[in-house]
Amino acid sequence: MSFVSPLDRRRTSVRWGLRGVQATMLLGLAVVCLGPLLWLAKSAVTPTQDTLRSPISLWPNGPDLSIVSQAWTELGLSAYLVNTVVIAAGSWAVQVLVATTAGYALSVLRPRLGRVLYGAVLATMFVPIVLLLVPLYLTVLSLPVVGWSLVGTYAGAFLPAGASAFNVVIMKRFFDSLPREILDAARIDGAGPYRLFWSVVLPMSRPVLGVVSVFAVLAAWKDFIWPLIVLPDPAKQPIAVRLPSIAPTTDLSVLLAAMAISAALPILFFLLFQRLFLRSEGLEGAVKG
Amino acid sequence: MSRVGGPALVRGPARRRTSVASVVARWWRGGAATLVFLLPMLLVFGLFSWWPIARTAVMSLQETNLVGPAEWVGLENFRTVLADPLLPTALRNTAVFAALAFVFGYPIPLVMAVVFSSLRRLRGLYACLAYLPVVVPPAVAVLLWKTFYDAGSGGVFNTILGWVGIGPVPWLESAGWVLPSLVMEATWAAAGGTVIIYLAALTTVPQELYDAASADGAGVLGKIWHVTLPHLRSVLLITLILQIIGTAQVFLEPYLFTGGGPSHASLTLLLLIYEYAFGSTTGGGDYGPATALSLMMAVALALLSWIYFRLTRGWSD
Repeated sequence: MSFVSPLDRRRTSVRWGLRGVQATMLLGLAVVCLGPLLWLAKSAVTPTQDTLRSPISLWPNGPDLSIVSQAWTELGLSAYLVNTVVIAAGSWAVQVLVATTAGYALSVLRPRLGRVLYGAVLATMFVPIVLLLVPLYLTVLSLPVVGWSLVGTYAGAFLPAGASAFNVVIMKRFFDSLPREILDAARIDGAGPYRLFWSVVLPMSRPVLGVVSVFAVLAAWKDFIWPLIVLPDPAKQPIAVRLPSIAPTTDLSVLLAAMAISAALPILFFLLFQRLFLRSEGLEGAVKG
Repeated sequence: MSRVGGPALVRGPARRRTSVASVVARWWRGGAATLVFLLPMLLVFGLFSWWPIARTAVMSLQETNLVGPAEWVGLENFRTVLADPLLPTALRNTAVFAALAFVFGYPIPLVMAVVFSSLRRLRGLYACLAYLPVVVPPAVAVLLWKTFYDAGSGGVFNTILGWVGIGPVPWLESAGWVLPSLVMEATWAAAGGTVIIYLAALTTVPQELYDAASADGAGVLGKIWHVTLPHLRSVLLITLILQIIGTAQVFLEPYLFTGGGPSHASLTLLLLIYEYAFGSTTGGGDYGPATALSLMMAVALALLSWIYFRLTRGWSD
């Protein structure tokens, strides 16, 4: 599985060249990818004066852990984190609901207009997100038929995330790959469409559900422009939206501490579920679409 | 519930011997279930995707202030946008951003993935480090890089450059530096995602091809050139057009770093759309021009992808 054969490795020039490249790459990754985050962690507990005077030195006057608690209480971070969690949870729920039910209907139940519907879903993949921003805002401002406004509500922030063509494609493809014999056997045993979905298909799709779930939560945590537009009230905004607006009026060290808190949670989430993120069979399947 | 036949059973020979009434009943139970399962998708895609897309075309021909009824204005919105002196600036900046992002951002993940795939151990650690910036919320990443880009001699980057005797660089303050600075941050934030896609594709290269190349006397670089890269061709073609479409819609970096400044040097097309619709400087509310420009951009990107896929059809496997 590699372009370096054991024979190649026996050649001194290849072995040392390869080691050199790999070590350089590791050093580069540590400095470029990890470095900025370590700097953020360091500066989160460094007084503003020290960070401004000598940004690279490590605590010239000792670390100050009280900055973190100061950021937590003074900026009221807990409320914004709760907002973020609510939006991420809602976004996850609607994405999983839409992707699993749609994938099941299109792959297993196969309604007559299934191909047309799947085409309409696929087509949205090729519509640039930019095209949707303004009309989506006006739609959410006054929903068709009922006329309700979702602006300023959490639902307005997370419901549109459900319209993800990638999720539907990933789910449908996974369901397509399930052995038909198992589904037919369950049907012969008397399982109806609901039972088949809940007791047979869903339990078999745990791996792909995991992939869809972690990407759904991360995307909601990272989202900026849509919650910014749809949640004008600062009290309802997620932390990522709130930070840039408080940045100009906040003490640098307190701001950096708040940023560190805001980044720490998704990083922790990633480290916990890194297998799901890095295997990312779903992503590759969707890209090859 | 026990005898709800799925469509597979309905299509079977059972259909012939059942009465009309039971066929209808069965269809209703099966069809109703199908509808129940389709409902979330129909509602969510209908409301938040299909309807807004359809609405764009209509809205680009209207003038609306959200208070009174919308007014048909023909192509007036398109004329307004095309006559905007900021449009050429935004177009140029977006093109420069996309070009720079291509030059820096396209080869880096490929090189990384190829080096990663040569590892026998610790591949997970490398991938983990590379993916780390991807999970940082973009707003936090931009604020962090903003402190790095501080133009004074005490800024983080300028301090480091000062060690090797390079004078303070006006990262975000000069018209010449601002776009490369934004591209650097954007590349940092996005490269890891592409690396993972390439890594997944690299694991599917058949070992026999490498063995055959070795037998023909190919060295390591020869195998990368003649086996690895050709195998990645179709993935590379897709990530290229996806990157172009993505960078053409760059918004977050200019919005948060500079707000489009200095003196419109980082104003991008999407920022201009945002300014029309929601902007604070112009007062916003110009939904007509905003949708007109969105529509033109969408058509241009769709055309670009179509031409791209036609041109490259023969190259992909």
